[in-house]
Amino acid sequence: MSTLLLTEDETMLQDAARGFLDGAAPVSHFRKLRDAGQTHDAKLWAEMAQMGWTGVLVPEDAGGSDMGHAAAGVLAGELGKTLVTSPFISTAVIAATALRQVATDRARDALAAIADGSVIYGLAVDEGAKHDPDATQLEAKADGNGFRLSGTKGFVVDGSNADRLLVLAKTDAGLTLFDLPADREGITRTGQNMVDARDAAQVTFDNVQATGDDVLGSVDDAMTVLKPALEAGQAALSAEMLGLSAGAFAMTVGYLKERKQFGVEIGRFQALQHRAAHLWSETEITLSAVRHAGRKLDEDPNNATLAVSLAKARATQTAKLAVIEGVQMHGGIGMTDDFDMGFFMKRARVATEWLGDYGYHAAKVAAARGF
Amino acid sequence: MSDDALNAFRAEVRTWLEENCPQEMRDGASGEDAIVWGGRNWTFKSEAQKLWLERMADKGWTVPTWPVEYGGAGMDRAHHKILLDEMRKMGARVPLQSFGIWMLGPALLAFGTHEQKLQYLPPIARGEVRWCQGYSEPGAGSDLASVQTKAESDGDHYVVNGQKIWTSYADKADCIFALVRTDRDAPKHLGITFLLIDMETPGVSTKPIRLISGKSPFCETFFDDVRVPKANVVGTENRGWDVAKHLLTHEREMISGGGQGLLGGRPLGAVLNEQDGGLTDPVLRAEAMACEIDALAVALTLERYKDQAESGGGVGDASAMLKYAGTELNKRRHELMMSAGGADALMWDGKHDGLAADWLRTKANSIEGGTSEVMLSIISRRVLGLPA
Repeated sequence: MSTLLLTEDETMLQDAARGFLDGAAPVSHFRKLRDAGQTHDAKLWAEMAQMGWTGVLVPEDAGGSDMGHAAAGVLAGELGKTLVTSPFISTAVIAATALRQVATDRARDALAAIADGSVIYGLAVDEGAKHDPDATQLEAKADGNGFRLSGTKGFVVDGSNADRLLVLAKTDAGLTLFDLPADREGITRTGQNMVDARDAAQVTFDNVQATGDDVLGSVDDAMTVLKPALEAGQAALSAEMLGLSAGAFAMTVGYLKERKQFGVEIGRFQALQHRAAHLWSETEITLSAVRHAGRKLDEDPNNATLAVSLAKARATQTAKLAVIEGVQMHGGIGMTDDFDMGFFMKRARVATEWLGDYGYHAAKVAAARGF
Repeated sequence: MSDDALNAFRAEVRTWLEENCPQEMRDGASGEDAIVWGGRNWTFKSEAQKLWLERMADKGWTVPTWPVEYGGAGMDRAHHKILLDEMRKMGARVPLQSFGIWMLGPALLAFGTHEQKLQYLPPIARGEVRWCQGYSEPGAGSDLASVQTKAESDGDHYVVNGQKIWTSYADKADCIFALVRTDRDAPKHLGITFLLIDMETPGVSTKPIRLISGKSPFCETFFDDVRVPKANVVGTENRGWDVAKHLLTHEREMISGGGQGLLGGRPLGAVLNEQDGGLTDPVLRAEAMACEIDALAVALTLERYKDQAESGGGVGDASAMLKYAGTELNKRRHELMMSAGGADALMWDGKHDGLAADWLRTKANSIEGGTSEVMLSIISRRVLGLPA
């Protein structure tokens, strides 16, 4: 296994990403989108495609840059630092990873479309309040040579903006993953008014027709394609949450150094110093888990479950601590909408639930560690 | 280094271990009875223990990363990792452990003269001289730099007077490396000297301290007009704090579990399953899962910092974080093990032999080598740059 340090290429990617995003998408950019009621910035997405970010997991022969999961984590981390709103994880990470598991011309074309930024994907897996692919009830009934899909998905991230949907459905003898155009007849999408002001939709399927060509992978065997895709998404989301934690923490430490009360900077108070130091420690420890997950997905993807769940479990806890302490240490101003810290808190909550919360991933770690 | 060369080295190591590690030394034991501390008065528990140490010392493998001329094997991390790997696979015991290896050695390698290295390092590597650490004093705990034990100049000697406390195994050690005050007027960090003292020198005496665990790993050590040659100064007179800080970094890494590697340890789930017959209590189970998650992440952080040190990046003050996180974690782990053991774990012996004493011992982890609170203050000041 490579080291847990960034490679030279990854460091360059990180620097370039930070440089670009500080100019094109600082937190104030997210605020503008939020105020305008927008959940997608097509220009920004096109620029991300142009820089090769959307193709980070797309093979070179399909027009991608194929830099790997660790690099995808580097990008997700930088996107997280300034709360950049984009379908990066749904499309460039989850859909790209799913499509790569399938060796068809259709999948190759779809990957090429991801790399050039011309398609947005949404992942329609969950139906209840908690992430649980195995609990899928949406049915795909055999109908002649094809299927008829009926049921409802919720919390479909990037579902309103998506051109295509990956849909997990129950079939005769298992679960099957479909890759459908989002505007196919019988599909209705309703935007959900999310606390993080990003795109998530409820998607209903009313007798939606699908053919064998719409199946990604094999019928009754969704997980061969979906498991790696979910794990890739979970790892990238962990990286985003760590970036988010670092972004919130930088604001908090900065504030400790400048805010004066009782005639001194509040960063002189040991009660706050030790909490800040503890928070930094948690961030450092989680960074190792996040890097490790990326490396494991790149080098030993069939055995990455423990590494990925470890990263997501740690990232949820660290992000929670970072935003709670962020608001508390800022005091009253941290509670105001004019101040950015609340954005971090709301995004952390949504990212915690997406693709499995702490309990979900802790159980996976426990299973892998002999509990 | 090519993979081929490393693979060849691995094969060579495996063959050598197969031929030289006595069967009795392959049980993977790491308890107090299995540890060889060495020293002038050391009694081996078995002939195999003695043989194992001698063979490993001859190869320089008791201190594999030290230069060959000082008793080591001059290994880089890749080779060292392979050696540790192969030893673990075989269940080979660690042939020798000591404060000389963990603490004084690295300090001497960084600050000692060539003559000092030649004089002191090979006996450490061979387990012939056992060292202890004379840092803390009754009035200098967390505030270590306020040491008062004084060393007054008298020709080419110092005359040392004062008292040290929490000197680990001072009653069994041959020598002590101590912080002494050589300039009472200088600012407190600048009047300290790092001095090597033979415990057999007239005027040195020790008294063990009985701890809550019932054991006495620590002592009080007294110096009464002890004459020490000035040649025994490591580094420069009055600049001992630099040596002390360097050494503390190693101590913190050691206490944080750096030596053993949390990842290499048995999963907590497996340990608790044995104690609780399936870890049925949902609350305990949840706490254990959380502890395991944090332990794995801390172990990976240790790996990452080693990678960083290896690449020449240095870890510096971040070692305070490892010390803080590692020791707090160890306390949590032992609380969980006691909890899983229930009434069966409340006896000093019996089914969970030694667990109660270990549990109590871990409470010192977050105190020795700098308390958790001192670690947080170090992070706050030196890493985060918060005002003092």
